[in-house]
Amino acid sequence: MMKKKILSAVLALSMVAALAGCGGASSSAPSAGAPAPSSEAASGAPASEAPAAPSEEAVKIGFIGPLTGGAAIYGTAAKNGAQIAVDEINALGGMQFAFNPQDDEHDAEKSVNAYNALKDWGMQILCGTVTTSPCVAVGAEAYADRVFALTPSASSTTVIEGKDNMFQMCFTDPNQGIASAQYIAEQKLGTKIAVIYNNADAYSTGIYEKFASEAANQGLEIVSTTTFTDDTATDFSVQITDAKNAGADLLFLPIYYTPASLILTQAKGMDYSPKVFGVDGMDGILTLENFDTALAEGVMLLTPFAADASDDRTAAFTKKYNEQFGETPNQFAADAYDCIYAIYEACQKAGITADMPAADVCEKMIATFTAGDFSFDGLTGEGMTWAATGEVSKAPKGMVIQNGAYVGM
Amino acid sequence: MAFLSYLANGISLGSVYAIIALGYTMVYGIAKMLNFAHGDVIMVGAYIAFCATSYLGLPSIVAILLAMAVCTILGITIEGLAYKPLRAAPSLAVLITAIGVSYFLQNAALLIWGSAPKSFPSLVGIPPLKLFEGQLIITGEAIVTVIACIVIMIGLTLFTGKTRMGKAMRAVSEDKGAAQLMGINVNHTISVTFAIGSALAAIAGVLLCSAYPVLLPTTGSMPGIKAFTAAVFGGIGSIPGAMVGGILLGIIEIFGKAYISTQLADAIVFSVLIIVLLVKPTGLLGKAINEKV
Repeated sequence: MMKKKILSAVLALSMVAALAGCGGASSSAPSAGAPAPSSEAASGAPASEAPAAPSEEAVKIGFIGPLTGGAAIYGTAAKNGAQIAVDEINALGGMQFAFNPQDDEHDAEKSVNAYNALKDWGMQILCGTVTTSPCVAVGAEAYADRVFALTPSASSTTVIEGKDNMFQMCFTDPNQGIASAQYIAEQKLGTKIAVIYNNADAYSTGIYEKFASEAANQGLEIVSTTTFTDDTATDFSVQITDAKNAGADLLFLPIYYTPASLILTQAKGMDYSPKVFGVDGMDGILTLENFDTALAEGVMLLTPFAADASDDRTAAFTKKYNEQFGETPNQFAADAYDCIYAIYEACQKAGITADMPAADVCEKMIATFTAGDFSFDGLTGEGMTWAATGEVSKAPKGMVIQNGAYVGM
Repeated sequence: MAFLSYLANGISLGSVYAIIALGYTMVYGIAKMLNFAHGDVIMVGAYIAFCATSYLGLPSIVAILLAMAVCTILGITIEGLAYKPLRAAPSLAVLITAIGVSYFLQNAALLIWGSAPKSFPSLVGIPPLKLFEGQLIITGEAIVTVIACIVIMIGLTLFTGKTRMGKAMRAVSEDKGAAQLMGINVNHTISVTFAIGSALAAIAGVLLCSAYPVLLPTTGSMPGIKAFTAAVFGGIGSIPGAMVGGILLGIIEIFGKAYISTQLADAIVFSVLIIVLLVKPTGLLGKAINEKV
């Protein structure tokens, strides 16, 4: 009996706490739009280098990505990259950005909640979301509400399809497949190709399908095609044996780095060492804790960004990222950094001010991004332009892993 | 040659399932409850071994013993806090609690070790066996897993058959109330069962991650479900059944992938399970026990 009483008391207390939490959030949200601009800017840019008194009110940029959960590595990197860009822009004086990152745990429903919280905050432009399926859900809301959105890394075409307000900083999945096949053919990396892809994942399947059709055009022979799903992503011996017996000299892996690391380990155990070609999901394999980077030696991938590139902007960004977050930035960080700068340049060109309603900002930004004379130079490409569909045009760079680091090919 | 290689891989994968299934079947056979948190105890064991070797630099054998000790304590704690208060409750309540414990462990691991995957160093120092001029390669991990699986199976059979504690376990399994009247400490017996099951989970975790070296907070859940399937396949509650079920499941999975389709691997595994259960509802080696009404 006593136990039950204690239990019910605890339950009652937790419910009260939950209710109080709800009340707090909903009552503080409307007022959050009101306070003085300087405090907004300060909260967006905690770095001390922010100018003492911003002359203008800050434009409110919302950010949504997985900051916790299984895809946190992508969301956190993108948030950090965007934060650096916001701090830099605010330090320049002139136009100020208020930056509000929200977590969606790579979950479509939570992403929409985060989007609604940002709307209450008074968001004018959305930088996000980072991952594809939440981005599709949030995109539908943003399209209905007329909010301009630029995603750093949600690469599926479903993200931008039929929505004039959605723009991408990354390549679309089909483009990656086509570019990979062309690159392999041009560089004569291999003639007999084996593919292992995740047939339960839209990203992986999307790249594979375009790769297969383009490979046929390029005269590449796909000798082995095998699949796995998230549930069977432990044992790859069958897939590797199939590739090995088919005599494949190049293994194309349009998958994320976690299963890819297993494939590399098991292939080595089976004395099979083909050339390995990956896509942007392979990025991160070197940051896998305790991973023997010797296994990834010689792995090639197409990625728009390499942290070791020698140009000044990349070097400065990598250094700053390393100082602030203690690790080497990946392409998600660079994509998000570019997103903020592209938004910044477009805002200046379109004459966006902090007091404009989001819908007006949206129309002006769409017009600017799709204008023929708007092109953007960033860490992940030069002379980037956007089609009316929201798709970016930029050239992928081939990278190869040598001595545990990316080197341009 | 490909056939032999697939067979070797199937037995290796199946042995991992079998060790996990032994833990499931042990707890089910004696406490008559499905411990769905078993897969997550495996994950905790693997993380402990990972930390011991990678952060503390301890030798493999010490790391494995440490993982076993931590998992044993964890198993007894879970049993004491979550399952013991529900001893008289309907089995559905215990089942839901077990699922709750499973989520609790996964999220606790997420908080402690973070969401980024970790690459597990193989704790098996045996070089691969190369046969037929290198055409057939059997990894050291596979050899150790198969041997460990057989040793554990024989050990458990002897333990439940020959020792006093084993007798007490069988008595509790048959009738808790009667066992108590005979002077058997039921709570203590069930705690020991959990302790053994959890120690086995630690071994399974280390072997699973040595063979498939990616460690995530969700690492244990899918192998856990497959192993549960294996335990049901072999006849849940039966110790040799768990081993036979696990190894067969591994072989079917690999052969299904190799000779039918990689896309349908799981569909094939579960269709076989359904067919077996239709023909023999108690599983391959399960005993038909009349339900007491």
